[in-house]
Amino acid sequence: MLVNEAWLKEFVDYSMPTELLTEKLTMAGLEVDSVNPAAADFSGVVVGQVTSVEAHPNADKLRLCKVSIGAEELIDIVCGASNVRVDLRIPVATIGAVLPGNFKIKKSKLRGEPSHGMLCSEAELGLAESADGLMELPADAPIGDNIRDYLQLDDTIIEVDLTPNRADCLSIEGVAREISCFSEQPWLPQTAPQIDVNTDDVVNVVVDAPQDCPRYLGRVIKGLDRTATTPIWMQEKLRRCGQRSLGPLVDVTNYVLLELGQPLHAFDLTKIDGDIVVRRGRQDEKLVLLNEQSIELDDDVLVIADQQQALAFAGVMGGESSAVNDDTQDIFLECAFFTPLTIAGKSRKYGLHTDASHRFERGVDPELCYRALARTVQLLTDIAGGQVGPLTDVSSSDALPAINKVALRFERVERVLGIQLDEAVVEGYFHSLGMVVEKTAAEWLVTAPSYRFDIAIEADLIEEVARLYGYDNLPQNSLNISGSLALLEEKIQPLDRIKDLLVDRGYQEAITYSFTDEAALKLLTPDAEVYRLKNPISADLSVMRTTLWAGLLKAMDGNIKRNEDSVRFFETGLRFVVVDGELQQEQMLSLLVTGKAKPEQWAEPTAAVDFYDVKNDVEAIFALNGLASDYQFKASRHDALHPGQTAEVTNKAGEQLGYIGLIHPGLESAFDIKKPVYLVELKLSLIQTREIPVFEAVSKYPSVRRDLALIVDEKQAVADISDYICQSGGIVKDVLVFDIYQGKGVENGRKSIALGLILQGESKTLVDLEIDEALTELLNNLDTKFNAQLRD
Amino acid sequence: MDNSLENIAEQAEAELKQADNLSVLEDIRVSYLGKKGVFTRQMKTLGGLPAEERPKVGAIINQAKQKFQAALEQRKTALENELLAKRLAEETIDVTLPGRGQAVGGVHPVTRTMRRIEQIFSRIGFDVAMGPEVEDDFHNFEALNIPSHHPARAMHDTFYFDEHTLLRTHTSPVQIRVMENSEPPLKIIAPGRVYRCDSDITHTPMFHQVEGFVVDKNVNFADLKGVISEFLQAFFEKDVKVRFRPSYFPFTEPSAEVDIECVMCEGEGCRVCGQTGWLEVLGCGMIHPEVFRHINIDSDVYTGFAFGMGVERLTMLRYKINDLRLFFENDLKFLRQFN
Repeated sequence: MLVNEAWLKEFVDYSMPTELLTEKLTMAGLEVDSVNPAAADFSGVVVGQVTSVEAHPNADKLRLCKVSIGAEELIDIVCGASNVRVDLRIPVATIGAVLPGNFKIKKSKLRGEPSHGMLCSEAELGLAESADGLMELPADAPIGDNIRDYLQLDDTIIEVDLTPNRADCLSIEGVAREISCFSEQPWLPQTAPQIDVNTDDVVNVVVDAPQDCPRYLGRVIKGLDRTATTPIWMQEKLRRCGQRSLGPLVDVTNYVLLELGQPLHAFDLTKIDGDIVVRRGRQDEKLVLLNEQSIELDDDVLVIADQQQALAFAGVMGGESSAVNDDTQDIFLECAFFTPLTIAGKSRKYGLHTDASHRFERGVDPELCYRALARTVQLLTDIAGGQVGPLTDVSSSDALPAINKVALRFERVERVLGIQLDEAVVEGYFHSLGMVVEKTAAEWLVTAPSYRFDIAIEADLIEEVARLYGYDNLPQNSLNISGSLALLEEKIQPLDRIKDLLVDRGYQEAITYSFTDEAALKLLTPDAEVYRLKNPISADLSVMRTTLWAGLLKAMDGNIKRNEDSVRFFETGLRFVVVDGELQQEQMLSLLVTGKAKPEQWAEPTAAVDFYDVKNDVEAIFALNGLASDYQFKASRHDALHPGQTAEVTNKAGEQLGYIGLIHPGLESAFDIKKPVYLVELKLSLIQTREIPVFEAVSKYPSVRRDLALIVDEKQAVADISDYICQSGGIVKDVLVFDIYQGKGVENGRKSIALGLILQGESKTLVDLEIDEALTELLNNLDTKFNAQLRD
Repeated sequence: MDNSLENIAEQAEAELKQADNLSVLEDIRVSYLGKKGVFTRQMKTLGGLPAEERPKVGAIINQAKQKFQAALEQRKTALENELLAKRLAEETIDVTLPGRGQAVGGVHPVTRTMRRIEQIFSRIGFDVAMGPEVEDDFHNFEALNIPSHHPARAMHDTFYFDEHTLLRTHTSPVQIRVMENSEPPLKIIAPGRVYRCDSDITHTPMFHQVEGFVVDKNVNFADLKGVISEFLQAFFEKDVKVRFRPSYFPFTEPSAEVDIECVMCEGEGCRVCGQTGWLEVLGCGMIHPEVFRHINIDSDVYTGFAFGMGVERLTMLRYKINDLRLFFENDLKFLRQFN
């Protein structure tokens, strides 16, 4: 909200400099967003009057003017504005004037004719962004006066960002009231002017919904002079609050809204049929608003209607059918109190955020109506005359917001704020806020003024005390740490440790949006039901991800396009899958790897990353948890992955962790993939489980290694054989696979696997005989189970 | 001295001098000191001498033998040193060549900041809690004293799935979830993703917050001020000026917005702080009694404070990042700067 100091000073005569004022406003909770001068810097501009206008001999669009600026001699000025005319008073930049942008006015000739100054538009004076012609000053503007003095341009515009609880500050008067609290200067509110009634005309008002509209005031004004114009002082004040002048009728209601915070509405009296009825909307009822938008009404919406139809969306916007226009002479002026709950949420629902709805949904002082209506009538009749009808007042006192006493226990101030304050100090704060304070043995009973909708409970009063004492003056403590040490769960591997492991293995963490493109998900997880946003920010961010791969592939694509040749990404976060109609939000870890297995380096051939490189990274996580042997990789299928290079990962309990594999070649073109991309996605909860080690006696006897080369079917999974050997127990302690061979010397359709067996005795050093016996037995078993024979 | 002994010594010296490797040297040693060596033989000649001469001649031989041994050792050491020097020369490499192996990656700057925040708060006993991102209206709004018609809802441009289901607009619902399931005293921080239906140069539809709250029998606004000020100083590693000013959040009362002196211009006024010299970094306040009422905590017995901060904002200030949108483009050239 924009306020200006000149207007504020009409309500509170403070004397502090602008910088201090804005700091105090901010520290009082009225955050100042910006401070700007009411007009840009310029000098040498005075009020002048055009005394003659003649055609320019050499230019069709220019005119030769003689201008009086109060001196004996008239000034010759060549002017191109279309609204220049005799007797018009205008701002004149005289010789030596400096206009905004350091534009200096000098004696000159325009197309051969002398021009000793410039007639100015609002834009040229920096008072508006653009202008159609010269700035027209009123006929009584004092000729020769400096325009800065005449328009009081040496003023400051302050933009205040108000929080939703401070509806009472949504006006010049309200901000001034707040300033009076910290400047200790009295607040000087507008008193209600006496209104002379000079016509009997009334519009009967029926309030069908008193709970929504506890107070409805109205007056008829007839015979307004529609040639009247808004006085320059009012135009200037409106401008400084960001409002354009749109004629006296609109300007006056806007002015009162800005000055006092009361929204008003003027109906064209001749377009009202019978009584004014304040009622809920009807199903299938429509209303065309001032902005030509047509809305469907329902029982949830309060409307102002006549006998025929809804005329206005109460508290939000007027309707087109009863709107005033340039010919309107007779009006019915509405000044009402609509309860916040009635208006709240409506502007959002219909996308109609207006100055009126903004104020009503936050709360407008119900007692303000009388003063605001009188002020409006006074301003309007001063400007445009007219006969004023008697006041119509439909108030339902039991529906008006109750004036509650809020209790504040003495000891709560210290309990919440950590400071003991004198009771007199606290009471003084309340008094300065216009609150009425009673005192009992243990508490204050505080009655807030009718404009303070935000004072409802004890904590609200404590906040006021804190605010006036000054948040910065309140004490500050180091937190007193008490409490016991909680158990440290060792069975859960901290996520940070897993992330660090991946980082150490060359991965870069990515963070991608949780919502993504549905088409990408349909390719990656075609069978998954998607969870769809009702109001996505764009079509490609419209469904929740069923896999983190969608985001990672997009991130990879961006980097490849920026000429990165290798990408190693990991991401952790939720995936959103619907299982049996229920949404499940599961924490996942995903990897994406493409390009080189290691950075290009000297004395080492550069290899492209393959399945086993990535598998090793996954195995490293399991090894980190001390559970390397508890996980299984089984050949499997996944819609997004190459059927021959996909493993499903399971744990000992048979729970599925997820998948690792090469992206399916069928998806390469859809994701614009040029190089193999390996993908991993695992459930975090299942890879964060860690074993707590239990000590086993270390064998004192030396271990020996025996290597075996076995010939097996080429489709035989090596893990089955190595797992079998490991699990067979006895003297075999570990198995490592050190070569796989196919080709010369090995029968077609078969392969040779080279295994290194680590053998060790528990209670003695192994002798060759024992080893040979054990291996013979093992080889026999392998032959039967896997059709595996020793290679010759 | 005996003539022949003198000749032997001379010869030995010459042989040692010529020995150019350790095996030749060993042969020389054997030929002089071995069982059949020159000196051994010389000693055997003592038997043929008269008894009174034996000690004298024996001493002379021994002296010559010791001299030889010393010369041999000296030569051996010299040859060994030569050998070592040769090996060292041969094994010399260019230590300026780059090392080989896997490169090291890094965590996202948002993670880096969240870790710092978690570490700082864990020092004074805060635990970390998490919550769902698809939330219900109750936890995201109602229980936080933001009923459906509340103007504050306009400040939360919310993504909806249906009337009651939404993407959380802040991490504050974790407050409710924790308090529903555990008893005070509580000291919790809750980091995570949050979502608002807003996208422009200063807004991304997804961003990160860290919520923190303390509930106990005797916590007050002074404690809140202390925790926040100390946190900001710990985070920025300097005695940064902090100010608290009144603000409004439906779920705290009193509420405060916290500003720090602009870390870019040190309060002089610049583009980043909008010439004010101050930067808004977090919101906080005493937990509203209505919030306690929703989860059956007696606000006469317990008080609490809560705070929420934007992780991207703190990251930008800490590392002087000037464009919010960089966070989710995942450009490796950006990400690697934080490794």
